[in-house]
Amino acid sequence: MEIFGIAASLLVMFTGFGLLIGLLFGFFGMGGSFLVTPALLVMGYEPSVAVASGLAFVFGTSVIATLKHRDLGQVDYKLGVLMIAGTTAGIEVGKQGLHWMESLGIAGTVVSVAYVVLLGGIGLFVTRNALKDDGGGGISHDADVDGDLDPEDIPDIAKKIQSYEVPPMMTLRGGVTVSLWMILAVAFATGLLSGFLGVGGGFIRMPALFYLVGVPVPVAVGTDLFEIVFSGGIGSFLYALDGAVDLAIVAPLLAGSALGARIGAAATSIVDEDEIKVYFGVMLLLGAIAVAVRKIGGVIEMPILDTVALVIIMGAALLVSSAVVYSSIQELRTPSADTDSITAD
Amino acid sequence: MIGVESLGGWGQAATVIGIVLLEAIVLYVGYGALEKLVGSKLIAAIRGDQ
Repeated sequence: MEIFGIAASLLVMFTGFGLLIGLLFGFFGMGGSFLVTPALLVMGYEPSVAVASGLAFVFGTSVIATLKHRDLGQVDYKLGVLMIAGTTAGIEVGKQGLHWMESLGIAGTVVSVAYVVLLGGIGLFVTRNALKDDGGGGISHDADVDGDLDPEDIPDIAKKIQSYEVPPMMTLRGGVTVSLWMILAVAFATGLLSGFLGVGGGFIRMPALFYLVGVPVPVAVGTDLFEIVFSGGIGSFLYALDGAVDLAIVAPLLAGSALGARIGAAATSIVDEDEIKVYFGVMLLLGAIAVAVRKIGGVIEMPILDTVALVIIMGAALLVSSAVVYSSIQELRTPSADTDSITAD
Repeated sequence: MIGVESLGGWGQAATVIGIVLLEAIVLYVGYGALEKLVGSKLIAAIRGDQ
C-alpha cells in the first residue's frame, strides 16, 4: 500500500523513528543528524540526500522543540543571538583549520580521533560530575529559571568565567551575570570545534552553556535548540539549492518527532537535572564508541562495522529515551512532583 | 513528491524549507491542542488519580 507515493510500511517506520529522535532532541537539544544521517546511509540513500534530509529534519524538529521550551520559559534569546554570532565566526575559522589539515593530508585521521576523544571526553566528564553530585549539588527539576540560582549550583569553571567583570555585563535567565565578551569567547570556541569537526555542535554547546556560562541545564537545552533553528535552517537551505532534500523522508520523520520533542522538552521540567546529565553523558559515551567502530570499519575496510555502529547508536537512543520516559513517569507518581509545566502552552 | 523539483535553485530551496517550517508549525499547534485535550487526563492516569 502506498500513501502519497511512499510505501505505508516506510511511513510507519520513519514516523516511529522520528518519535524516538524527537524525544531525545527535545530532552537534550542534540542528537538529530547524529542519528538520522547514519540510519539513512545504511538504508541505501545517497550521502548528499542523507545529510540534506537529516539537516532539514533537524531544522523542523528544532523549531517544534524550541517553541515548546519557549512555553516553559527555557529559551534565553539574548544569549542565543550572541551564541549564533560567536559560533558563526568560530565555524569559519574551524573550517579554515580543516582545509589547512586537508592540504597536509592528515585531516581524516585528526578529525576522526578528535571527534571520538571529544565525544567520549565530554560524556565521561558530564557523567562523572553528575554521579559525584549525588543529587545534592544539582538544580532541582522545578527550579525557577527566572529566579536566582543557588551559587552552589553553578559549576566552578562557570564561576571563574563569571568572575571576569569586563563590561558590558549581561544578566541571563536563571539570574546569571556574565560578561558579553566571555559569552562570545565560549561561543567562538564551540563554533571552532564544530567547524573543525564538521558537526552540528549540539553536544558541544549544551554542556558549554551549562559548565562554562553557568545557565541552568533546561535553559542551556532551550537556548541551544534556538540556535539549531538557524544553523539547521541555513544548512538545509544550502543543500536544498541542489535538490538534495527528500520531503518523502523528512515529512513522516517530522510527524513523529513533533510528538517526541514535546514529550522530551516537557520531561526536562520533570526529571531531576542530575539524571538529565547522566543520560546525556551515557548517550555521548555510546555515541563515541559507535563513531570509533565506524571509523575502524572504514580503515580496515569492513562495511559490516557500519551496521554494528548503527545498532549501537540506535540501541543507545532506545535505551536513553526509555530511561527518560521511565524517570518522568516515576517523578509524576511522586506526590511532590511539579506537573504544571507539562501542559503549559 | 509534490512537484517542487520543477522550481529551480532558490525557488526550490525556499519552497522545501517553507514546507518543512509549515509542517513543523502545524504539527506544533496540532499536538498542542491534543495535549490540552488529553494531557491532564493522561497525567492524572499516570499519577493514579481518578
